[in-house]
Amino acid sequence: MKRKIAMAALIIFSTLLQCSAFQLIEIASIKPNLLLIITVSFGLMRGKKSGLTTGFFCGLCCDLFFESIIGFQALIYMWIGYFAGYFYRIFYDDDIKTPLLLISAADLIYGISQYVFTFLFRGRIHFFFYLGRIIIPEILYTMLLTIITYRLIYFINQKLSKTDKRSVDSLV
Amino acid sequence: MRRKKNQQSKSKLWLIVLTVLCLCLIGISFLESSITSPIRQATGMVIAPIQKGINNLGHWFSGLTANISDVAALKAENDLLQEKVDTLTAENSQLVLDKEELTRLRELFDLSGQYADYDQVGARVISKDSGNWFDSFTIDKGSKDGIQIDANVIAGGGLVGIVTEVGPNWATVRSIIDDNSNVSAMISTTSDNCIIAGNLQLIDEGALNLVKLTDENNKVHVGDKVVTSNISEKYLPGILIGYISELNNDANNLTKSGKITPVVDFKHLQEVLVILQLKDYIASPTDTLDETEAVNDLTEAPQKETESERMTAPSAE
Repeated sequence: MKRKIAMAALIIFSTLLQCSAFQLIEIASIKPNLLLIITVSFGLMRGKKSGLTTGFFCGLCCDLFFESIIGFQALIYMWIGYFAGYFYRIFYDDDIKTPLLLISAADLIYGISQYVFTFLFRGRIHFFFYLGRIIIPEILYTMLLTIITYRLIYFINQKLSKTDKRSVDSLV
Repeated sequence: MRRKKNQQSKSKLWLIVLTVLCLCLIGISFLESSITSPIRQATGMVIAPIQKGINNLGHWFSGLTANISDVAALKAENDLLQEKVDTLTAENSQLVLDKEELTRLRELFDLSGQYADYDQVGARVISKDSGNWFDSFTIDKGSKDGIQIDANVIAGGGLVGIVTEVGPNWATVRSIIDDNSNVSAMISTTSDNCIIAGNLQLIDEGALNLVKLTDENNKVHVGDKVVTSNISEKYLPGILIGYISELNNDANNLTKSGKITPVVDFKHLQEVLVILQLKDYIASPTDTLDETEAVNDLTEAPQKETESERMTAPSAE
């Protein structure tokens, strides 16, 4: 229970950060995608189910705060979180290369699906422009943010797992 | 082993259930947005004050660093501004004279009372779209302050966008540079109609697409003023959008297209003005140029020119 509350707080806080404070750190009107970092990290650290629920709620928050179509972002984030869960097996504590690679791959997929569903369907066909101007800069910036924040997320996860374990132990 | 398999299928089940839920939500918000809007209203009401707080904090911090670093720059700016004040004072006295003349002429033509003064409310931008693809933002005023959906939003003398959603203490604004935005506009000198479409591909140039301009007499030139048209459904007529920066013939040789430079600085938008009046309530949408003045106080000078042109034209006849 404690874990769920903490996760909810983390997700809401990051969405708020993403929508308000991140416009101060924009470079060339590109901001990093913190919610994706959280979704993929939790998918990687805790498995498919955790990934998909985290992704679902991250996306839902986005939808509720801004998007006119509710459910679209939730869907993308959820699938990304679920597939990040496949890499749960190869997760090691001290490794930052795997999450870094995984997050950039996820951001690429996120960018492409965003392009296909919201731009290509309206007849904007210059894919390579959007790839070079929006998707790849976003990936690079998100990677940078991953290097900074991953330790913190890892630490939060450790803390939460510990409290979980303790409550199980006390039951026994 | 069995437990693991169990968990596997459980997460797959969750995935399917939530996917279906998402698809349902997407369908609902496409077909019948009135069902989903109460949820958004509720979240917006809770979130808006928090966003406002975070935003204020951010501005306070950035202001703090700016204070320290900018003393020298401020001094230089002060000199520059002083110079500007001098020139503007001279210009102003000239304009006062012109204005007296204008009032006189206006009385002559019995044109007074035509200038609708729109009620406006100032608002602060508190948050932006979470992604990099679209350009919408939230402001800290809502239906409590009289803002309605489709209210026009201006800043710095030009059109910023339109309100797409309203809660009690917040409102979402889609700016005209958003890729989804289309504004029915016209060229102020010739009243030729065109469409101003936002395009993500032009963000680096800071420009907007101008399409479907019918200009049979070739009278529209680069540098002409583009304002919202009087046949628009949602935009009040005569609000300045920008100036034409590029103009080409279309392949069909009937219409023209090009680019315009907006007057608003969308990168550094912090405060905006929302016009409370909606387009429907306008009594007579004919006098577009006159209404421009009521809306844009900051661009008064050039409009005076057009005004006096209009005034002198009939008298010459």
